[in-house]
Amino acid sequence: MKRFVFLIALIFAASFAHAIDPLPFKDRAEEVRFQNLTRVLRCLVCQNQNLADSEAELAVELRRQVFTMMQSGKSDAEIKQYLVARYNDFVLYDPPVKAGTLLLWFLPGVLVLIGAGVVFNILRKKSRQPVTAADPEEDW
Amino acid sequence: MTRLIPLLVFIALVGLLAFGIEWNKHHEMFEVPSPLIAKPAPQFTLPLLYEPDKKLGRNDLLGEPYILNVFGSWCPTCQDEHPILTRAVKPLGIKLIGLDWRDAPADGKRWLAQFGNPYDAVLTDPDGHAGIDFGVYMAPESFLIDAQGVVRYKRIGMFTPELIQSELMPQLKTLGQPVTAK
Repeated sequence: MKRFVFLIALIFAASFAHAIDPLPFKDRAEEVRFQNLTRVLRCLVCQNQNLADSEAELAVELRRQVFTMMQSGKSDAEIKQYLVARYNDFVLYDPPVKAGTLLLWFLPGVLVLIGAGVVFNILRKKSRQPVTAADPEEDW
Repeated sequence: MTRLIPLLVFIALVGLLAFGIEWNKHHEMFEVPSPLIAKPAPQFTLPLLYEPDKKLGRNDLLGEPYILNVFGSWCPTCQDEHPILTRAVKPLGIKLIGLDWRDAPADGKRWLAQFGNPYDAVLTDPDGHAGIDFGVYMAPESFLIDAQGVVRYKRIGMFTPELIQSELMPQLKTLGQPVTAK
């Protein structure tokens, strides 16, 4: 039994040891920073995945590049700028607000406001109508 | 009038969807427009595939326009594009530089030996950094770079005879003229 538990523990240890391309982080804070940064960068190959999750070879390479730049003391903004200069704002999951992205940023809000206006109007009209006894025949 | 609102909303929605369909006919969803267009090509100095002791860089290539075609022996679409490069791009008379990207030089050589070498020079970029500087993410990709070293045009994916007619040829005609930023 003991041996069995040990074996299971070994298997689990192995699975952790072979997690995706382990990078030599110097401490937990650096690792967290790396995770947070690669999570807001888009993988160019599988475009609906972020850089942190993607297993595409180019993503592995770009993760390594991000790590190398972090090691050489580059700020998050500088690293993002490096990638944007090569791959456009498209690499950012959080693109900057500018003329080309105005619709992207504000259209959803505008649509919600329009929807809220419509709902508000309907409710106001309904509340003005006299309350009538519910018709038992009416099909809700 | 208020009765018409749902109809108008419906028509607007249909319009939006129709626009989406029409847009996708002319645009590839995966294509990320390159920020390099009308800007100087990134610096690179890379070993030649067939003479690894010699290097060729951006500055060596100034003075004559060229197409930088990114390929790799691991890339099936490059294989599809290969005969088109040989038959349709090479005859245009423009210098054609190959970039064997993220590929072992031995594999690149074997690939070119098998299919033929349409390139005037082949550079190797085994670790892929030069390709990343060019914003390459999906081989094959091609860059048209003018005599001043400015990127004029980028094609993501393979060239087809139609694209050579509709996109590459007009770009080649404008090579003598100053760059117009898009």
